[in-house]
Amino acid sequence: MQAPRYDDLKVGDKLPALALPAINRTTLALYAGASGDHNPIHIDIDFARKSRMPDVFAHGMLSAAYLGRLLTNWVPQTELRNVAIRFTGITHLGNQPTCTGEIVEKFEADGEKRVKVAIQCRNQFGEDKLVGEATVALN
Amino acid sequence: MADKSMIGTPLGKGAAEVEKGRLRFFAKAIGETNPAYIDEAAARDAGHPGLPVPATFLVCLNSDVSAASGVDRMKVLQLDLGRILHAEQSFDYHRMAYAGDKLDFDTTLTDVYDKKGGALHFVVMTTRVTNQAGQHVADLRSTLVERRG
Repeated sequence: MQAPRYDDLKVGDKLPALALPAINRTTLALYAGASGDHNPIHIDIDFARKSRMPDVFAHGMLSAAYLGRLLTNWVPQTELRNVAIRFTGITHLGNQPTCTGEIVEKFEADGEKRVKVAIQCRNQFGEDKLVGEATVALN
Repeated sequence: MADKSMIGTPLGKGAAEVEKGRLRFFAKAIGETNPAYIDEAAARDAGHPGLPVPATFLVCLNSDVSAASGVDRMKVLQLDLGRILHAEQSFDYHRMAYAGDKLDFDTTLTDVYDKKGGALHFVVMTTRVTNQAGQHVADLRSTLVERRG
């Protein structure tokens, strides 16, 4: 993978977006198995209803993994220094997540050139589900 | 519910081995298409010694360790599983981890606070991750919120 060069980037530049297919029950079953997060709220509609939710909903960490993909599609993972995510809304069945990122700062720290990227995961209705920041080192 | 006097409470520690089959299953579950996360030859071509642990996967290994540690976090923190949501998650990365690594996870309760007059109860857990050589891999910070009322 060819990492972008620090000098070629400017504040406001956008990362190539990552569009995901709609979340369905299979997506959640697979993520439960692979992640080891077996919280029934994500896979068992009876448990979800007892918890006063209308249905199961996506693991926040599934969308966080999509944000990870957004970043490592753009730069090698070895350059990732920090990722901080806030889960701002529930991702429901049928939601189609799209992950986007925009450079918000260029700076130097610990002898490295770094950029700070604002990242979001939104559904097809434009509702933010995850928002956060990542710091990436670049040459 | 937890309270501030519990800050510093150990929430379990233990080791997890990074298995490449599990990494491939995770890659499938998140729709990963980058071959460096699926195919060992592609990983080596990308400069990795083996399949890399993806950016968020450390949280999964941490929950395995937690489950095996005998410390029931929901019970220690007096949280109701049906009412908790993941509020925040952060990662500070210090070095890469790969398939075949044996990683140590050590988790502590680092903060407790309420918002909206107690309607939202937050607990923050911090996990230090080190590898088999004792090198610092990452710090994970998970904030859970319990909806009340």
